[in-house]
Amino acid sequence: MNKHLLSVDDVTPDDVATLFATAVEMHDVQHRSVKKLPALRGRTVVNLFFEDSTRTRSSFEIAGKWLSADVINVSAKGSSVSKGESLRDTVLTVAAMGVDGLVIRHMASGAAQQVSQWTDAVVVNAGDGTHEHPTQALLDAYTLTRRLGGLEGRHVAIVGDLTHSRVFRSNVALLTKLGARVTVVAPPTLMPAGVTAWSEAAGFATSYDLDAVLPTADAVMMLRVQRERMSGGFFPTAREYTVGYGLTRDRLGLLREGTPILHPGPMNRGLEIAADAADAAGSAVLDQVSAGVAVRMSVLYHLLAGEGSVA
Amino acid sequence: MAHPPADVPDPSAEVPEVPEAPEGSRTVLDAHDIARALTRISHELLERNKGSEDLVLLGIPTRGTHLATRLAERIARVEGTDVPTGTLDVTMYRDDLRRQPTRGPQHTALPPGGIDGKTVVLVDDVLYSGRTVRAALDAMNDLGRPATVRLAVLVDRGHRELPIRADHVGKNLPSARSERVMVRLEESDGYDVVRIAPSPGDALLHPGEGS
Repeated sequence: MNKHLLSVDDVTPDDVATLFATAVEMHDVQHRSVKKLPALRGRTVVNLFFEDSTRTRSSFEIAGKWLSADVINVSAKGSSVSKGESLRDTVLTVAAMGVDGLVIRHMASGAAQQVSQWTDAVVVNAGDGTHEHPTQALLDAYTLTRRLGGLEGRHVAIVGDLTHSRVFRSNVALLTKLGARVTVVAPPTLMPAGVTAWSEAAGFATSYDLDAVLPTADAVMMLRVQRERMSGGFFPTAREYTVGYGLTRDRLGLLREGTPILHPGPMNRGLEIAADAADAAGSAVLDQVSAGVAVRMSVLYHLLAGEGSVA
Repeated sequence: MAHPPADVPDPSAEVPEVPEAPEGSRTVLDAHDIARALTRISHELLERNKGSEDLVLLGIPTRGTHLATRLAERIARVEGTDVPTGTLDVTMYRDDLRRQPTRGPQHTALPPGGIDGKTVVLVDDVLYSGRTVRAALDAMNDLGRPATVRLAVLVDRGHRELPIRADHVGKNLPSARSERVMVRLEESDGYDVVRIAPSPGDALLHPGEGS
């Protein structure tokens, strides 16, 4: 495995198999009364979050703590970042304190990669701009593997705000790497520029018609409409988006019984996903959250446990 | 003393072919020796515990788990009761975690009744430095509080680095540190044998094989 986890490109299918096997064991730890393993005792992990986050940050924090690492959270609000400190200075300051692992989320694409060149610590990308969010893709693939029994040949639809989505970019790369067939669905305004050439090169399909894709899907991944990243009008009204691309109660009927429905969260209920879909029997949303802790424990373990090893 | 039929190797049973011993190594226990040792240990366990009550067998993966299962089968034949059996992974509790390339943890599964207040018998294939057993004691600490913990091993090869000793030993095998003890069991390797081979400097690379 590579030293850092900056992108889905850092892991091979064999690495993923190893990470998932460990995650299964980590999942068991969640059901113990003593939720603690000593593997990262004496290691320090800093969560450096320049963007808002609830689940990713708390899930990394829990993952680190259950492995006995010391976890410190630094968020842009309330840190020297709000006094105008540069990313580089913040990272060097934190690293100078003797940190073993840096989990970073930043609004600039490529921030994690950049940071990994400034420090000796292991860097885990927890989302950089619209580029990648590898641990989210890993936990989604893990959730799907558990639900579907495997990914080889399975058809996964990824639906919604593709342009602004790092979750989509990481997922499409990882799912195709693991043998799944991916169709991405979005209104033309939210399709990333150059998607035609990209989809041909990367081997996934594109569609503007959600109703045509749903009946053949083995799983559906709904993406959040990221209004905070939108500067212009990408669709006329929220209502119109829902009619065309929301997973509504009516569209649930197009899915086969028990088809897993994923959403990376936070959900805009009533916009991209109806409450009926979010709470449907097939909904894997809460599975994703619990898988998130297990997968991140696995990632931290494999990247940090043997770090600095003599062997 | 009447032996249960399983003690006597059935000549008609198909004995898996054991590959030729590699150059320089010698066989210490063959399949029959292993079977006899396990039968003896199972009797010792029952004798020491005055029956199978509150007994729990916990194997340390991978071969310790196989041995625990075999011991449970033998106890079932003698006593007619099923002894709860589980598997206890110690990877995350090892003190040499930092010195080795990271290995994924293996499965931990406790029997449904848990280990609280039980007599837990840890089962492993080779007892060497004692560090694996120390890790197992720590791992158990996070899972419950047994009344008593005992240790059963197929081979004790000496060279302890910690104040740990086994309660039940299949075979005491004096060895040099440079030698390698290899345990092969049908469940994981297709055949039963214990061999010892000179292998300078290689032992660290094969944890579970004498480490």
